[in-house]
Amino acid sequence: MSEHEVTLTINGEKVTRSVEARTLLVHFIREDLSLTGTHIGCDTTSCGACTVLICGKPIKSCTMFAVQADGAEIETIESLAAGGELHPLQEGFWEKHGLQCGYCTPGMIMSAKGFLAENPNPTEDEIRHGISGNLCRCTGYNKIVEAIQYAAEKLQAADAGGE
Amino acid sequence: MPQLDDRKEPHSELAEGVSARVPTTDEVQIKTPEKICGMGHRKKRKEDPRFIQGKGNYVDDVKLPGMLYMDIVRSPYAHAKINSIDASAALEMDGVLAVITGEDLKAAGDLHWMPTLMSDTQMVLPIDKVVYYAQEICAVIATSRYIAADAIEQVYVDYEPLDAVVDPFEAMKDKVIVRDDKEKKTNHIWHWEAGDKAATDAVFKDAATVVKEKLYIPRIHVSSIETCGMVANYNKARSHMQIYMTSQAPHAHRTVFALVSGLPEHKIQIISPDIGGGFGGKVPVYPGYVICAVASLVTGKPVKWIEDRSENLQADSFARDYHIEAEMAADKNGKITGLRVKTLSDCGAADAAANPSKFPAGLYSICTGSYDMKAAHVEVDGVYTTKPPGGVAYRCSFRVTEAVHMIERMADIMAHQLGEDPADYRLKNFIRPDQFPYKSPTGWEYDSGNYEAALKKAMDMIDYRTLREEQKQKRAKGELMGIGISSFTEVVGAGPSKDYDILGIKMFDSAEIRIHPTGKAMARFGTKSQGQGHETTYAQIIAEELGLPSDDIEVEEGDTDTAPYGLGTYASRSTPTAGAAAVMASRKIKAKAKKIAAHLLEVGEGDLEWNIDRFEVKGSPDQAKTIQEIAFAAYTNHPQGMEAGLEAVDYYDPPNLTFPFGSYICVVDIDKGTGEVAIRRFVAVDDCGHIINPLIVEGQIHGGLTMGLAPALYEEIVYDENGQNLTGTLADYLVPTAVESPKWELGKTITPSPHHPIGAKGVGESPTVGAPPAIANAVVDALWHLGVRHIDIPITPPKVWKLLRDNGVTD
Ligand code: FES
Ligand code: FES
Repeated sequence: MSEHEVTLTINGEKVTRSVEARTLLVHFIREDLSLTGTHIGCDTTSCGACTVLICGKPIKSCTMFAVQADGAEIETIESLAAGGELHPLQEGFWEKHGLQCGYCTPGMIMSAKGFLAENPNPTEDEIRHGISGNLCRCTGYNKIVEAIQYAAEKLQAADAGGE
Repeated sequence: MPQLDDRKEPHSELAEGVSARVPTTDEVQIKTPEKICGMGHRKKRKEDPRFIQGKGNYVDDVKLPGMLYMDIVRSPYAHAKINSIDASAALEMDGVLAVITGEDLKAAGDLHWMPTLMSDTQMVLPIDKVVYYAQEICAVIATSRYIAADAIEQVYVDYEPLDAVVDPFEAMKDKVIVRDDKEKKTNHIWHWEAGDKAATDAVFKDAATVVKEKLYIPRIHVSSIETCGMVANYNKARSHMQIYMTSQAPHAHRTVFALVSGLPEHKIQIISPDIGGGFGGKVPVYPGYVICAVASLVTGKPVKWIEDRSENLQADSFARDYHIEAEMAADKNGKITGLRVKTLSDCGAADAAANPSKFPAGLYSICTGSYDMKAAHVEVDGVYTTKPPGGVAYRCSFRVTEAVHMIERMADIMAHQLGEDPADYRLKNFIRPDQFPYKSPTGWEYDSGNYEAALKKAMDMIDYRTLREEQKQKRAKGELMGIGISSFTEVVGAGPSKDYDILGIKMFDSAEIRIHPTGKAMARFGTKSQGQGHETTYAQIIAEELGLPSDDIEVEEGDTDTAPYGLGTYASRSTPTAGAAAVMASRKIKAKAKKIAAHLLEVGEGDLEWNIDRFEVKGSPDQAKTIQEIAFAAYTNHPQGMEAGLEAVDYYDPPNLTFPFGSYICVVDIDKGTGEVAIRRFVAVDDCGHIINPLIVEGQIHGGLTMGLAPALYEEIVYDENGQNLTGTLADYLVPTAVESPKWELGKTITPSPHHPIGAKGVGESPTVGAPPAIANAVVDALWHLGVRHIDIPITPPKVWKLLRDNGVTD
């Protein structure tokens, strides 16, 4: 199996590794880089548990090869509270009970982060469509929607305060 | 096979002194201040910080030095003879260490078969025949996931296809025998009855109105977002097997492993780490688990096995698959008098349901539901087919969803047939509040209920009468709008150990609480959360009882080396059993604390009274000792002759199950062009007795409702006539997203259980049980005037569209 060198930035840190061409990005993140917050829930690109941000866009990392991410900037769930303070999305999920088993949560939060970057002031319906690539079996989504609304408000208030 | 003839009355008399009438309220009771945060507080979950930061620890996150990976070769046929398995090419590959076949397991001590939870048998790996599509054929052990996946493609299996039998009614004809390993050459597994046949027949003879319907409750799959998996780590030097496993019942699984493998039970440690959803799917022992453990034994190395989603959907335990024929009788006043039910349970290739062992059809005989009637008789037959085995819960108590769907559909059909409003019809037929504790015609003793209050509340919330007016106007314009009601009664919390066991192990559950000298505590349980929030709710229960702040209590579950023995978490049993054990253990601690307080305050125990977090001298409350002061004294200054320490363990055996209930109302609009059903509103009023944490209860109800919506409109596991699974990936098996899931509107009533020490009942599954008939009833309500009497779930657009076309509404 041919090996390739991959260099990318993940959560602000530059890493270089040699990987097989066929290594899925999600396995690279979880196994080569030991960042196990990103999960796997399917084999048909259906569940979104593996969602990470690549150059700010939510991507299902089970459907991309690690070699395709050469040169990319990747953010995973582990980057969000890196400064010791919870991100408004994390806060929202905790505050509003947006998670139960927690398995879908990292992917859900990363999807929401990408979505709010595009649409900082969404309606409930837009939020529901925005996370429709992510499955949650536990929560029934209502409280996930509330969590994202909470974060949207908080991020907007912070933006307004910063201007 | 369990003999059930003597089981017609599952519950004999309850303990004396059980109070009869319990008043209903709608205020959550809060007795402790915020800083203690006992019962009733909307406490944010203690477990969340690790999950929202990606620091959960699920089985696939476990990485051990030198770990190997396992992958499984699966059958492309539902029924076939195996002539030979040639693994030589796989074994030649770099990185492949072993291929384990049925023959290997047989040689290792007949490990190629295992018992199911229903005391049937199931193949771990086959020797000569496969009985379902995607059945495990053999396993490859390799140094990486990728090599293992490559190697399974290099195993050549010579199959000789046999006729599949997919339809259970066909299977009953015994033309194709699924289990020719059995002495009796028949697919019929068991016959089970409840209720009084003669009395029921008599009621039907006298009936003024009888309605009949055939209902199919289709095969579905829990599909928790985390699939199943294991890391088995056998340490030869210590003769010790450590197992990380996606298990809802780690202790029971340890015992099963000990019995199957012959390893001594004290040398097996099962750790169920964070679990990514269970819903019943992580109760059974699957062949993959057994093979993985054997692989570690054989290689002496840790071995990881993680299912793919398609393997999970195709081979793991299904739920439901009940073919029901129901009849309901009513007298001339429209009062329901009787119910007669015959059911065929499609078990697949083994009876591997996760029911208490004396209940092959689970608690299905709860099917008289919320209605007072004279007589009922229920018969169920189990049959083998060439499909994967199962019969797990899908977020419900054992077979209660099937029962509730049937009775709620039948009550609705009867109401429509008699020309009565379905809400008024229910109000007229409910078991009245003054009839509790209520003895049902099939032998259940319902603990408490106020069905009227719940339905009336739901009707108020949704403004029922106005909706009926709107429906009339819409119908005049040719628009299709329906209103559906479900007033369900659940039965959860198995259970009293005289009736309930799994493989002989009684269904008690346990709590162990240790209070440290500085007043902080560790509590361990025999249950295992898969998202239910036990770390928070159990801490709140203990906080309520002992006055320790719930943040000072660490809750731990899932490690069989440290937790007390318990039967695990499923069927909404955690609060009814382990939650009660937490109360009882706390009360044992409190009794000792009282002695210590009396000693410290130099008064008699009789002079003391408890006040939230302290013992006070009666009449002079400033003379007091807090629980923290008492804990410190328990290690530093305890009375002479008393054992040091402050801890207790309790194995709680409930006197009865608990019977949560509720009323749901759903409004749908149907698109005449496409047959699509849109849920406009859905109001859910639940009553689960006293509430421990309203935030968590709401979350449980929301999640349960979406898992009730799923089989009502979207999910079904479908096979073709050869037994091939046509819905084996998440691209074909339609789990609802945030777009399909409506905005649920919740309400509550509170009718405490007199049979639980804090009056609580289970709740996580009520909505999964109650929601599907509300939705189905709404759709039929919209179409009744066209002559539609029943539609089997899932109610998909093609089904509705076909009905509309057949009735000339659309073309
Ligand atoms: S793992 Fe399911 S979409 Fe990536
Ligand atoms: S919280 Fe369990 S899958 Fe979403």
